[in-house]
Amino acid sequence: MVMPPSPASTLQGAARILSGLLEARTGQVLSEGRAWRMETALRPVLRDHGLTDMDELAAKLLRKGDARLEQEVVDALLNNESSFFRDLQIFDMIHRQILPAIHADKTDRTLRIWSAGCSTGQEAYSLAIRLRNDAARWSGWRIEILATDISTAAIDQARSGIFSQMDVQRGLAVGDLLKWFEPSGEDWRASPELRRMIDFRHDNLFDAKAPTGAYDLLLCRNVLLYFSPERRQAVLSLLARHSHAGSILLLGAGETVIGQGDDFTAHPEFRGGYARQAALPEGAIGRVRRTG
Amino acid sequence: MKNCLVVDDSKVIRKVARHILESLDLTVSEAVDGQDALTQCEASAPDVVLLDWNMPVMSGMEFLQALSSAKMTARPKIIFCTTENGIGHIKAAVEAGADEYVMKPFDRETLESKLVIVGVI
Repeated sequence: MVMPPSPASTLQGAARILSGLLEARTGQVLSEGRAWRMETALRPVLRDHGLTDMDELAAKLLRKGDARLEQEVVDALLNNESSFFRDLQIFDMIHRQILPAIHADKTDRTLRIWSAGCSTGQEAYSLAIRLRNDAARWSGWRIEILATDISTAAIDQARSGIFSQMDVQRGLAVGDLLKWFEPSGEDWRASPELRRMIDFRHDNLFDAKAPTGAYDLLLCRNVLLYFSPERRQAVLSLLARHSHAGSILLLGAGETVIGQGDDFTAHPEFRGGYARQAALPEGAIGRVRRTG
Repeated sequence: MKNCLVVDDSKVIRKVARHILESLDLTVSEAVDGQDALTQCEASAPDVVLLDWNMPVMSGMEFLQALSSAKMTARPKIIFCTTENGIGHIKAAVEAGADEYVMKPFDRETLESKLVIVGVI
C-alpha cells in the first residue's frame, strides 16, 4: 500500500508518494540528499514497465495495488552499496579480538552471528572467509551466520554468491579471491563451502521473522542512518531482544546507540563496539563482567 | 609520503593512475616498461609498484623475476594491474611473488582498496 511519507518530508508530488512507499515498507527516510537520484535509481523500473517518468509510476501505484511493482520500486530506491571487508579495521578487530574472545568464553561451542541489513552479502561472506581461514580454531564448533535484508533483489544476489569483477576487487585480497571464489563467465562466484555457511533471508528490521534466539555478534552497519530516531530505537530494541548479556553489536562509522535507549553501551574492550547490558545469565560471554 | 612507481607502456593509463594515486597522498613516478622500472627501483626503491603485464622490452612478469635478484634496500609491494584477467594469470602472478592483483578496468575505489590491503595507505 502506498503511504505518504512522514510529515517532516519536504518532497513533493511523485517523489513524495514514492518515498512514502519506501518509508512504509522499510522505515527508511529518503533525505533530500538521496532524493535527487530517485529518477536515476528508478530508470530500470520505468523502462521495464513502459513508463515515461516518476509521475506515471506514482499514478500507476496509486491506481491499483501492485505488490510486485511496489517491491521493485523499493528495491530500486534502497542503497545496496557494499563491499568486502568494508572498513578493514573493523574486520581486523573482529578477527584479532572479538572472535577470539567469544571462542574463549563460550562453553557451548556455538557461534551465532547476525548480519542485519546485509545488502548484497559482502559483509556476511567476509565473516565466513575470516572464519574459514581460521578453521582450526573453530573445529568442532557449530557456526551460524544469518544475513537479512529488506531488498529481495539484494538477497537474491547475495544468495547466488555471484559478484562482478569490480565487486571482488573492492576489499577482497587476491589470496582470498583465489581460495574462495571461482570464475563464472565475466563474474566470480563464492565457493559452495562459503555459500553453505550463510543463511540469507529477506526480512525487515521492525517485525523480523528470520532471527531466532540470541546472537553472539550482531552487525548492523550503515543501516540506522537511514531511519528516524524512533525507528532507530525500535531497531536497537529488536537487536537487543536477539542478543544476550555480553553480545557484541557493531554499527557503522558515525552511527551510535547514544540517546537510543539503554540496551547497549560502549564496549569496554572493543573500540567502536557496543555491549548488551543486562544481568549475565549462566554461560554467557564473560568479557564485560571481567572488565566492566 | 610514500612513493608508487607506475609501470605501464600506455601513457593514458599512467596518467589516470597518477591522478588517482596522487589523490591518495602518494608521490608517483613512472616507468614505460619492466627494464625502465628495474633501473628506477635499483636507484631508489619505491614503496609500491603498480605493474602492467604486457609491455615491450621487459614484461611485468620478467620484471618481477628480475626484481628478486636486484640490488635494493627494501622490496616494494607489487600490485599487478593488467587486462590479463584469467584465473591462470592471477595464480601465476601470486606464485611469482605479486602481493595484489588489479584487473583492468580499475577505478579509484579499487586501487585504494588494494593499497590498503598491502599496507601502503
